[in-house]
Amino acid sequence: MNPITGTPAAVTATRPETAPPAPTRAETPQPVLELRGAAARVGGRTLWSGVDLTVRAGEFVAVLGPNGVGKSTMVKVLLGVLPAAAGEVRVLGGQPGQSAGARIGYLPQRRSFDPSLRIRGLDVVRLGLDGDRWGVPLPFGAARRRDRERVAEAVDLVGAGAYAHRPIGQCSGGEQQRLLIAQALVRRPEVLLLDEPLDSLDLPNQSAVAALIGRICHQQGVAVVMVAHDVNPILHHLDRVVYLAEGGAVAGTPAEVITSETLTRLYRSPVEVLRTADGRLVVVGQPEAPSTHGGHHAAV
Amino acid sequence: MTELAVSAWGQPFFHNAVLAGTFIALAAGLVGYFLVLRAQIFTGDALSHVAFTGAMAALAGGYDLRLGLFVGCVAAGLLLAGIGRSGRADDVVIGSAFAWILGLGSFFLTLYTTSRSGAMGGAGTTVLFGSIFGLSTGQTLVAVLVAVAISAVVLLIARPLLFATVDESVAAARGVPVRVLGFGFLALVGACAGEATQAVGSLLLLGLLAAPAGAAIRLTDRPFRALALSGGLAVAELWAGLAASALIPSLPPSFAIMAAATAVYGATFLIRPQRAPLGTASPAAG
Ligand SMILES: Nc1ncnc2c1ncn2[C@@H]1O[C@H](COP(=O)(O)OP(=O)(O)OP(=O)(O)O)[C@@H](O)[C@H]1O
Ligand SMILES: [Mg+2]
Repeated sequence: MNPITGTPAAVTATRPETAPPAPTRAETPQPVLELRGAAARVGGRTLWSGVDLTVRAGEFVAVLGPNGVGKSTMVKVLLGVLPAAAGEVRVLGGQPGQSAGARIGYLPQRRSFDPSLRIRGLDVVRLGLDGDRWGVPLPFGAARRRDRERVAEAVDLVGAGAYAHRPIGQCSGGEQQRLLIAQALVRRPEVLLLDEPLDSLDLPNQSAVAALIGRICHQQGVAVVMVAHDVNPILHHLDRVVYLAEGGAVAGTPAEVITSETLTRLYRSPVEVLRTADGRLVVVGQPEAPSTHGGHHAAV
Repeated sequence: MTELAVSAWGQPFFHNAVLAGTFIALAAGLVGYFLVLRAQIFTGDALSHVAFTGAMAALAGGYDLRLGLFVGCVAAGLLLAGIGRSGRADDVVIGSAFAWILGLGSFFLTLYTTSRSGAMGGAGTTVLFGSIFGLSTGQTLVAVLVAVAISAVVLLIARPLLFATVDESVAAARGVPVRVLGFGFLALVGACAGEATQAVGSLLLLGLLAAPAGAAIRLTDRPFRALALSGGLAVAELWAGLAASALIPSLPPSFAIMAAATAVYGATFLIRPQRAPLGTASPAAG
């Protein structure tokens, strides 16, 4: 039995005070994330361009596409780590990276800790809460108790309680991934940018974590942008998908975008979307990494 | 023999050594923890070469030895930070460069000893092995002030530096100035190397930076507890070394301090096995 699926009560209890209540946020007309004709350029090469995307509070958006197409780059643009090469990008009503860091939960792609790193998972989660503050945490006081409760709550939420006290270097890849999801959640962010969070989780855990993120998104009004290489575990939680391709992109509901016609047009090569009996989508013929398309490398 | 030892306790040079040594060790322990955590011990080793050369260059040029120590170490720390981030010079390049710097140090030493009378001929040994029993009151005061400043800065940047060390990309996304911290920390390591050279000498400096921190990391897996423990162990080991060398005058203080540090580090292997068996979560939470 997975601990995640069994804790809906904990989910609703997670944002009692600090964050603005979800209903008012859902009513705000202003989108949380907005891209208008955005393009990304890395090393002199344009990865994608003309991306239009609006994400409001409580919406769950997946970013899909083949390896190397620039999905992680899109997350970096939203974080403000990398400037957009063209177009307009707005995050939480401001420029990306402008003092919004504290309101964004970020999970980078595929991290693993050195096996010899002797720092507990709890401490790594805790860094997500107050790691940007100067000084050392005081070993006493009400603030410390409150911080510890927040950390314990985030750890419980992802069901990592059994191994959060172990040095994180000794945790398995999937265990580390859950602790890092807890780290992204611990500040009760308004936006979650998750880069392949289901990576290194087994199938039951993939659907459990997907359900957890879906619940946080829809119940607490958090805007979620999740990079994924397989849409199936998150398909029935999704509001929108963005499919990136070399040069272009399409955004829309999964039913609109993940079809043979749309993807064939996007990739300019025959792509077939099949639906299995149990409702899973299989995309056949999607191009692999852009490096297989020699013509575009002339520009590098 | 015992009379000598008893008299050492009351001597001003011993008081100066305890006072300066306490704060130097505290700074080395705190800086050392992050040095070990960031896997930059090699940098500490490189700085010990620079410490020697910088001091010798200052002496040969007629300046205060400590000026050369600090300028050399901080500059080398910043240089290494620059190399490490962008160019990623390989170990062979760094290794040969620093061997060459050490050779330069011996050149300055020869220059210095031949240009001056033999009165200060022991300067090379002083820098290599430290001269904690030879600190004047003025030198002690400077050493204490610098060490207190280093410790204060380490404590100030401890949490963001830990974040940047453990989880660089998330820290950067959260607005932690990861690069500036990396540079600042190596400058701090340079200053600390200059300090610690006065206590234990450039040859043994690495021990004071690495051994207490290594022991602390083995003893606890809570970062801030380990930081405090590293500083505390360094101070305790320095006291033990000074006491031992006061009681047994044939023991040089640098050797006694390093012996204490090594003994404590070795003892941690007895206290706790290398790898805690999986599944033994410590019962004390949070
Ligand atoms: N710092 C960089 N300098 C040059 N090229 C880069 C840099 N970072 C990324 N790239 C290139 O940009 C492209 C997109 O990278 P990105 O990491 O965004 O891909 P992705 O869609 O996330 O792929 P994956 O599915 O493998 O994670 C790749 O071709 C990569 O080689
Ligand atoms: Mg990626």
